Amino acid sequence: MRVGRAARFTQIAIPVGFLAVFFGWPLVAIFGHSLRAGALVDVATDPFLRRVAWFTLWQAVLSTVLTLVAGLPAAYVVARFRFPGRRLFRAFVTVPFVLPTVVVATAFLALLGPGGPLSFLHWRPGVAPMLVAHVFFNVAVVVRTVGGFWANLDPRREEAARMLGASWWRTFRHVTLPLLAPSILAAASIVFLFTFTSFGVALLLAGPAHATLEVEIYRQAIDVADLRTAAALALVQIVAVLAVALVLARAQERRAVAQRLVGAADGSRRPVGREKLVVGGILGCTTLFLGGPLAVLVWRSLHSGGHWSVGSYRALGTSASTSTLFVSPWAAVRNSVEFAAIATAIALVVGGLASVAIAARPGRATRTMDAFLMLPLGTSAVTVGFGFLIAFEHAPSGLATSPLLVPIAHAVVAIPFVVRSVVPVLRSIDTRLRDAATMLGAGPRRVWREVDLPIVARAFVVAAGFCAAVSLGEFGATLFIARPDWPTVPIAIQRFLARPGQINFDQALAMSVILMVLTAVVVLAIERVRVRELGEL
Amino acid sequence: MLEIEQAVVQFGDHRALDHVDLALEPGETIAVLGPSGSGKTTLLRAVAGLQRLDEGSIRWNGADLAGVAAHERHFGLMFQEYALFPHRDVAGNVEFGLRMTSSDRAARSRRVDEVLELVGLAGRRARSVASLSGGEQQRVALARALAVSPRLLMLDEPLGALDRVWRRRLLTEIRAILDRAALSALYVTHDHEEAFAIATRVAIMRDGRVVQVGASAEVWRAPVDAWTAAFFGFGPIVAAEVRDGQVHTPWGPIEARAETAPGAVEAVVRPDGARIDEVGPIDATVVRAMFTGTRVELAAVSGSGPPLTVVVAPRDAPVVGSHVRLSIDPDALLVYPDPAD
Repeated sequence: MRVGRAARFTQIAIPVGFLAVFFGWPLVAIFGHSLRAGALVDVATDPFLRRVAWFTLWQAVLSTVLTLVAGLPAAYVVARFRFPGRRLFRAFVTVPFVLPTVVVATAFLALLGPGGPLSFLHWRPGVAPMLVAHVFFNVAVVVRTVGGFWANLDPRREEAARMLGASWWRTFRHVTLPLLAPSILAAASIVFLFTFTSFGVALLLAGPAHATLEVEIYRQAIDVADLRTAAALALVQIVAVLAVALVLARAQERRAVAQRLVGAADGSRRPVGREKLVVGGILGCTTLFLGGPLAVLVWRSLHSGGHWSVGSYRALGTSASTSTLFVSPWAAVRNSVEFAAIATAIALVVGGLASVAIAARPGRATRTMDAFLMLPLGTSAVTVGFGFLIAFEHAPSGLATSPLLVPIAHAVVAIPFVVRSVVPVLRSIDTRLRDAATMLGAGPRRVWREVDLPIVARAFVVAAGFCAAVSLGEFGATLFIARPDWPTVPIAIQRFLARPGQINFDQALAMSVILMVLTAVVVLAIERVRVRELGEL
Repeated sequence: MLEIEQAVVQFGDHRALDHVDLALEPGETIAVLGPSGSGKTTLLRAVAGLQRLDEGSIRWNGADLAGVAAHERHFGLMFQEYALFPHRDVAGNVEFGLRMTSSDRAARSRRVDEVLELVGLAGRRARSVASLSGGEQQRVALARALAVSPRLLMLDEPLGALDRVWRRRLLTEIRAILDRAALSALYVTHDHEEAFAIATRVAIMRDGRVVQVGASAEVWRAPVDAWTAAFFGFGPIVAAEVRDGQVHTPWGPIEARAETAPGAVEAVVRPDGARIDEVGPIDATVVRAMFTGTRVELAAVSGSGPPLTVVVAPRDAPVVGSHVRLSIDPDALLVYPDPAD
């Protein structure tokens, strides 16, 4: 690509400038507040806050272990066996992962709470439902990461071990498991980071007695209005997440074993004899676990007073509220869709420019920029939202109260996804394709238009879908910065849940179903583009 | 027509092209033959305009091409592994070059049909290129390069990724297509059989230099040095001495050709050189026989020398362990000055 100096400057200046203002500045604000008047020391010595940190850590470890236990059997079945509906099952397993946290929390409330099919368990808000919801969310990570890797392991190695007299279990323990270790570690890292920074599920399911760091930051900032302590906690959170991410990345590098992977002709086969029972059992349990809560959510949203009814949905349009802050739920839907569109546009422009700059000039400068752009991934949504709150509190010209802050925050969260999906595609374009176009008479500009652009366009569509899905479901950051009169759907759901009464809960159910459908539409659209582009990837 | 003069391309410390001279006549096909890393692809890219020369010149009908950009040279290049556009179908690939110059949609479409017909892919216009077999992709790449009627066609290992049967068939077809279009071509390959079959002349490259240029049969008959002979698969190469009009080999003395100077030499027997001859001077024992279908390659040991390769028809093949008498055709004994001298 031959571009002028001005164009090159824009490619770098816009993304760096945008993130400096909307990511860097909020972080600086957090640092500033937390370093004031010994806030860090107070936090470190406060026994309650130390309990919060300890709880955050052990619930994340436990969630990760449970997710591995729940996910590995399904990963095994998907990788090694052929059965009718395998592709459908793989897609189905991914569904919870892309659902907004608020929807998942509502689904578990519908399942376990009063009037739910499992109400006989006498559930109370606490650790157990939170852990189950974490597993529900993250099983997809294990099945996709480990299962994908497992499917590509050459099964002849296991067959060789069996031929040498090893039992199924010994083969698994001494051959398969060590080979899978890097992918298991990768999946575990992701699950750990997600559950360590869990906010929506923890806030709505764990109850007031159990706060994670994220929840505590929110409480300190909003309920107690102690910005100093909230900022110190946010700093602890940022450092902890970065440290964990670094350690895990290191460990993964060390464990990675170069190995021969089989290609598209995979080593899966039809189950025979007793295997049918095992495979069927694993598929059934996984489907029930993942499908159950969502089915109950939909079912209860369509039931009121013991019979089928769309009353919950009708209530969304008609119920007059006594609250002065009442905003029609349909207005929230409109806000969400508009915010998603704006956030997607911003993320595509900023992330797209950055991607072009990173892919065009490999080198130290662009590597640094790449790393800088990934930082929002390692920063929890709550931190971003809280940073916005304190950074733009005194911002000029109405920025502090502008509804636009919400889509901007969503864009900050989504930009890494754009860069991660566009850069590899740009880099992977075979330079011989450009040479071929040149030899057929295309000048440099024509080459970009005819070769680079059409190939990257698909990646942009996929990235746009991701952005929209992220924005629609975003909860943690939005909770801090959404103006009361401009709520998004997740905020509206949270408000319904916070109010007593069956009618409010019913409306939360109905809103959750609507949000689930919106997200599903976006994700299905991405999958269609992806499947057409990449075959069965 | 195409004249390459003293061309040099330098990659850091590595000299990829080292003062290469080569001239291509109208309608001629030159095969550039050499092992990987010998600079053949760099030569092709330099002619295409994708690689700048550090020294020397490339001229077309006398005009220097240095200032002419790759996309303005009107040369066709068929890439190794084809480099087809994955986001376009067969017709979209073939039509690409036409779209750069012509806005007449109907004429372009007619030309696409014409070239697809030529390469035997009529009716495949709308197929996605990913769904094609290797041989079909190769034909699309050829059609794409031919569609714009280039002044010169360059082919970079066009048959590299194909299996034996396909290579055979496509080699014949490419030859026929080049003849029909009366095209001049540069054909890069590492396979000497392919080079000999396709080309009017062969240029052997080694370490960035052209070491020999000549007609296929001539190059095969008399490789310029022992390395080239070994590259063609001739062997074994043995130390020998020329004295009194005779080449003294480990298999015994063989009459030297008139022009051979006396002294220590390296000698190679060309595969057609050793034959079973009841009155031959060499007494040998057959230690191996390799059946390859149309012929049998025998390994025969005589005296202190390494086994000689003797090619015979299957029905004439003696059993392993039998004694045979051999003679070596003096014309097929290649003698090179000993590099140690």
